[in-house]
Amino acid sequence: MPSEPKTLYDKIWAAHEVGSRADGNSLLYIDLQLLHEVTSPQAFEGLQLAGRPLWRVDANLATPDHNVPTSGRELGLAGISDEVALEQVVTLDKNCKSFGVQQFEILDPRQGIVHVVGPEQGATMPGMTVVCGDSHTSTHGAFAALAQGIGTSEVEHVMATQCLVQNKAKNFAVNVTGSLADGVTAKDLVLAIIGRLGTAGATGHTIEYRGEAIRRLSMEGRMTLCNMSIEAGARAGLVAVDDTTINYLHGRPFAPKGELWNQAENYWRTLVSDEGAVFDASITIDASTVAPQVSWGTSPEMVAGIDEEVPNPEAISDAVQAESTALALKYMDLSANQKITDIAISRVFIGSCTNARIEDLRAAAAQIRGGKVSPNVTEALVVPGSGLVKAQAEAEGLADQFMQAGFEWRAAGCSMCLGMNPDQLGEGEHCASTSNRNFEGRQGYGGRTHLVSPAMAAAAAINGRFVDIRDHQGGEG
Amino acid sequence: MDAFTQLDGLVAPLDRANVDTDQIIPKQYLKSIKRTGFGDYLFDAWRFLDQGTIGMTPNERQLNREFSLNLPEYQGASILIARDNFGCGSSREHAVWALKEFGFRAVIAPSFADIFFGNCFKNGVLPITLPADVLDGFFERVASGLQLTIDLQAQTVTDGEQVHGFDIDSALKEKMLKGMDDIDLTLAEAQLIRDFEVGHRQRQPWLFRD
Repeated sequence: MPSEPKTLYDKIWAAHEVGSRADGNSLLYIDLQLLHEVTSPQAFEGLQLAGRPLWRVDANLATPDHNVPTSGRELGLAGISDEVALEQVVTLDKNCKSFGVQQFEILDPRQGIVHVVGPEQGATMPGMTVVCGDSHTSTHGAFAALAQGIGTSEVEHVMATQCLVQNKAKNFAVNVTGSLADGVTAKDLVLAIIGRLGTAGATGHTIEYRGEAIRRLSMEGRMTLCNMSIEAGARAGLVAVDDTTINYLHGRPFAPKGELWNQAENYWRTLVSDEGAVFDASITIDASTVAPQVSWGTSPEMVAGIDEEVPNPEAISDAVQAESTALALKYMDLSANQKITDIAISRVFIGSCTNARIEDLRAAAAQIRGGKVSPNVTEALVVPGSGLVKAQAEAEGLADQFMQAGFEWRAAGCSMCLGMNPDQLGEGEHCASTSNRNFEGRQGYGGRTHLVSPAMAAAAAINGRFVDIRDHQGGEG
Repeated sequence: MDAFTQLDGLVAPLDRANVDTDQIIPKQYLKSIKRTGFGDYLFDAWRFLDQGTIGMTPNERQLNREFSLNLPEYQGASILIARDNFGCGSSREHAVWALKEFGFRAVIAPSFADIFFGNCFKNGVLPITLPADVLDGFFERVASGLQLTIDLQAQTVTDGEQVHGFDIDSALKEKMLKGMDDIDLTLAEAQLIRDFEVGHRQRQPWLFRD
């Protein structure tokens, strides 16, 4: 009798469960902890105060990303004019030195957003458990790694014990059939999924993205998809291992070599959900029905297709939802039933752990077609996800295309996704942003964020408003 | 960590669903390397009409007199009532540090986001899940000075004559009642972790770089 079919999540969980406690919680072993300057200082301090060592130094990797400026990078630390931000970056440097943690410092060409750097280095591998004091750690699930965002107390707990205390989550299958239309990307797909599930739709679950459309996505696309799992309430999202995963990893600096590679690959190939595995919840989406998405509100579930309209709160029966919609429209200064294509924008941000990889920059650059950033757009930023992405985009001529069109070409970091550094929206400005959250004030006090794909953001930069890029696919080029 | 056993407290309302951690504590205050100093900036963009920066005190700010937490009847509240999916978004534990420093020891809502929920238990702030209709009742009466009694051992929220039971994970309850340190608890199982690690290294040697 063969054992019961398991989901991918069940398999990774079982391979890391150190033990279970009488109260039903488990100790889950953690293979990799990624560290950045904002959520680690209090954890390092806690460790020092208690006189505890790092349990496993080699299981940690650090880089500053959240508050580093994206201009004047050649100045290194001296380029950080905000003293409080500087103290955080310097503190990360000190902590990494004193605890022996490998760090890609501000001037290292490998520096970048943790969730771009980890996969790019091959530090994220299939079947791993990965944590970071950042909710978008779910990104690494694209590699069939169980990757979760944690709070600072848990960061300290993993530093000290190499484990998390956790209850196993439930399994949620998001099946995506068919294939995405030209001009429709993983970003549009994940926004459509969140629109359907709601921001709490997958709370308490680990999502596995499955189906034909997912298999067709590149690793970059899968990372975009898994990245925003948290926006549907799930702490982690997963995609099973296939040739795309294996080919991406081969030859990366941290990936195993020689005989160890063969051994690893054999194991990694088993990291798929078994036929007949049971999921606690599921939805199915036909990829061919997904239009390019634009968020109109102040929560990532508030999205519409480019060919649709802003909703009318008066037409919503649920009282709490109607109230949320009305508040969102007020904050965003949009009117009920306004066409999405009638929303004017004055800022553009192409970047973030969601969409700052080479494929994203290529898709954005392809929309320029010799055009210029609209005079109505006061600033269009392109912020690569890492120093290596930046170098590659420059080698491919993408940086020149952006700059010739009037975009600003910056150094790697989280930048205006959360506006902790000097890149921020002004009050009342509408921004076409490839980031992941459109919360009130997220990108700057009083700023109004519209979440879109890189191609949609670039097209909006040229036109000064949102346009349906499907109108320009194929023929023109 | 501070223990939590019983709380008799005044209730303050935040009548919104999907309150995210960017609202609870905005990004400009996350640059601190300390665990303290966040209470003055709780719900900053809602409590104040001007844009704040780190280091500013509430006295220097322009108060939004219409925001619930600024109303005279809710001063000194230690229990916050909210709507669904409270604490969604970023994993920043600073959100819980800010709530606690402001004076809240418990948040009651129909549902919470996972990471925020876990962070509360690391800091002696009790997140309580009660049905939406019970919350509706609290919201209706909160303006008249609602006082609630929370008894963690008994798992009850008492509102005058009415007693509402709530569910809680037994391990989390125990830790809160005793104010136990998570790391100490796990390190008591250090040998188990070491034994696991030996086998893990044999099975997946590529995961170890040393």
